[in-house]
Amino acid sequence: MHWLIIFFLFLVGCSENTVQKSKVDLYSEQGILLLGNGTEPSGIDPHIVTGVPEHKILLALLEGLVIFNPKNNGVLPGVALEWMISEDGLTYTFIFNPEAKWTNGESVKPEHFVYSWERILSPELGAQYADMLYVIKNAESFHKGQIKDFFKVGVSALENKLVVTLENPTPYFLNILTHYSTWPVHPETVEKFGGMTSRNNKWTRVENFIGNGPFKLDSWEINKSLKVSRNVVYWGNDSNKINGIEFLPIDNELTQDRLFRSGGIHLANTVPTEKIIRYREERPRELIEHNYFGTYYYRINTNKFPLNDVNFRKALSLSIDRDLIVKSILKGNQKVSYSFTPPDENGYNPNTKLEFNPVKAKLLLKESGYNINNNPLEVLYNTSEGHQKIAQAIQEMWKKHLGLNVVLTNVDWKVYLARETQGEFDISRAGWIGDYPDPFTFLDMMVTDRGNNKTGWSNAKYDEILNSAASKISTNRRYELYEQAEKILIEELPVIPLYTYTRTYLLSERVKNWQNNILDTNPYQFLSLE
Amino acid sequence: MIQLILKRLFTYIPVLLVVVIITFLMIHAAPGGPFDAERVASPEIIEKLNEAYNLDKPIHVQIYNYLYNAIQGDFGPSFKYPGRTVAELIMSGLPTTIELAIYSILFAIFLGVISGLVASLNPGKILDIVPMSISLLGICIPSIILGPVLVLIFGIWYEVLPVYGWGDNPGDKILPTVTLGTAYAAIFARLTRGGMLEILGQDYIRTARAKGLSEIRIVIVHALRGGILPVISFLGPAIAGLLAGSFVVETIFQINGVGRFYVQAAFNRDYTMILGTSILFTFMTLTFVLISDIMASFLNPTLRDSGGLE
Repeated sequence: MHWLIIFFLFLVGCSENTVQKSKVDLYSEQGILLLGNGTEPSGIDPHIVTGVPEHKILLALLEGLVIFNPKNNGVLPGVALEWMISEDGLTYTFIFNPEAKWTNGESVKPEHFVYSWERILSPELGAQYADMLYVIKNAESFHKGQIKDFFKVGVSALENKLVVTLENPTPYFLNILTHYSTWPVHPETVEKFGGMTSRNNKWTRVENFIGNGPFKLDSWEINKSLKVSRNVVYWGNDSNKINGIEFLPIDNELTQDRLFRSGGIHLANTVPTEKIIRYREERPRELIEHNYFGTYYYRINTNKFPLNDVNFRKALSLSIDRDLIVKSILKGNQKVSYSFTPPDENGYNPNTKLEFNPVKAKLLLKESGYNINNNPLEVLYNTSEGHQKIAQAIQEMWKKHLGLNVVLTNVDWKVYLARETQGEFDISRAGWIGDYPDPFTFLDMMVTDRGNNKTGWSNAKYDEILNSAASKISTNRRYELYEQAEKILIEELPVIPLYTYTRTYLLSERVKNWQNNILDTNPYQFLSLE
Repeated sequence: MIQLILKRLFTYIPVLLVVVIITFLMIHAAPGGPFDAERVASPEIIEKLNEAYNLDKPIHVQIYNYLYNAIQGDFGPSFKYPGRTVAELIMSGLPTTIELAIYSILFAIFLGVISGLVASLNPGKILDIVPMSISLLGICIPSIILGPVLVLIFGIWYEVLPVYGWGDNPGDKILPTVTLGTAYAAIFARLTRGGMLEILGQDYIRTARAKGLSEIRIVIVHALRGGILPVISFLGPAIAGLLAGSFVVETIFQINGVGRFYVQAAFNRDYTMILGTSILFTFMTLTFVLISDIMASFLNPTLRDSGGLE
């Protein structure tokens, strides 16, 4: 046995660093945050990337015209010191903060935003989030190549001002600006390392990167870590209490959990479901659970029989016991859905309902004329234990209450996406997280022929209501219209909402000023470490 | 000998060519593409993306273009990591993968050869039966099972070893090394035992014993050289197998090696990355097998003289 111990000691010796205190203790003293950040980011170009891990990193490196206010889901001044909105709600004038600088010391100018928005809207770049800017006049036409001249797009630079003209009054426009796809890039750097529309641009390399956020990029080792440190030329640097952040790409939730418990990270961005109850009992102050702006739902292919029958779809929905799913399977304080858009008690709270009523479900199934001896229905989902448990429960409920035969099919992520997009499914599991805190980010998805609709469902009245809501300045009036649209959706059920997501993660008590909000966004310059 | 090595090197070309073509056809036949995403892009955007990555051309043109560029060392841009080339991503992970493979092979040789030696010196006794039974178990348990079991025992139940990373925390190299090396240690043990038993029965060993040489001297100086020949012959395939096995181990322990790229690339339909890593692992497999053949030839003159490299 001795030689085995010696060999182990040899390997221990080969490992670098010898840490006495926990890493979290040591780094907290230095003001450095250690964040478990899910998967390795595919990049840090705000106009190309699309994921949550990328967003968390960009939040440190870049800044838009406004900053997300983590306390009330509103906005705070960012690169724009202040802004004026015309009476008709169509024109926004942003006055730039003279202290807003790039990491190379240059001022952030309105022209930089014009360049950046031209870049993301250029069809050649192939940006998947370009439609975030479609609210700007002619932006969609430019992106679709219908107009070639960017001067016709409603954005212009005027000394220290950026003037933006919208297609319709869009009261949530400022919220859209908190999304990274609207954030600026440094034009000279982008041009120098590949040009405006090159996807293989090398401007995001550590040695080339120039940002304007509260932190600057220090190092990036793929699949290991990405490190940033305080940007001393950032306009709000004096109030920034964090000296640096280390983003660790750990996609295994058990590994993150283990690392968190051993003091290796301040934040584990997920918690294994089976451990939630234990954390609630043993370490309740480190377990964070709050509402998230997302809905988990089943998408119905309304082009197929018998799913093209609204009574059949209603029967499916009425025979799902959502309470049971939330309490017995998910166990993460998720809320049962009664609308497609996640409700907000202080804002949009639609008066719709999704009841569990097996008796009514049976009657509707009869009305639909469906013969239970027909070919079984298929529920498609991407391989995941969580999706499987829910699908199995629903399979059982439909069998028990309706006598339906349902087969479950799990496939890998890309196969799942391809089958959904091509309409090769009966029912598929789906989830949607809002990009900005407005119901439009959900409801717009179900408009006829929208890429993310995927159900084949179309309703002219629904489209008309949403179109009409876009031109309303009054939030109350807009919400009324949204509610009307929501009622159509819940009445017709091309999607069957199941529950509203919650965010569940582990956060060290050393991290202060953390705000629980529905977008799960905390600009790091507002945090501190103890 | 040099001629024979050159001849073997020449066979790399058709092998790599076949690997590229088969891989190319397989990844294009797989459902789902690199630009499928939850947030569906418009057909115009998909068209632009296909254009940007040359996916709009017929498959034979794509293969030709790929081969033409690959010969010049350009393995293309990664689809998953825009702005990065496949070559630089591979180079970023290769040192870690090689380090993991070296530690694992050292562990496997160390544990395997000693166990095999002990067993061969005690045939039929408890010191033979126990290590050989354990080695059979080692061969049977794949790393995808062994890794999580070791994590559960040493990382979660006893909390004595880190379960994440490589070279970041003390002791974090132990579990990946043991996970990857165990199956090969078991094979080496059995090969050593078999080789040694054969040699120990030879006349020259009997002569050495008759001359009164100590058992240790007989084993170390006279028997071991011939006894571990099967181990040497198996080193090439073993290292190639270790590299392939590192895909799984790197994923289990979140190690930033090339293997993890391979696994992620397959899930992401990152075509160029799948091709680049396939070429790398084919090349390394061929090379390690060649090296082990050369080593075996040096240890065994009969192999060398009969052109064993062929």
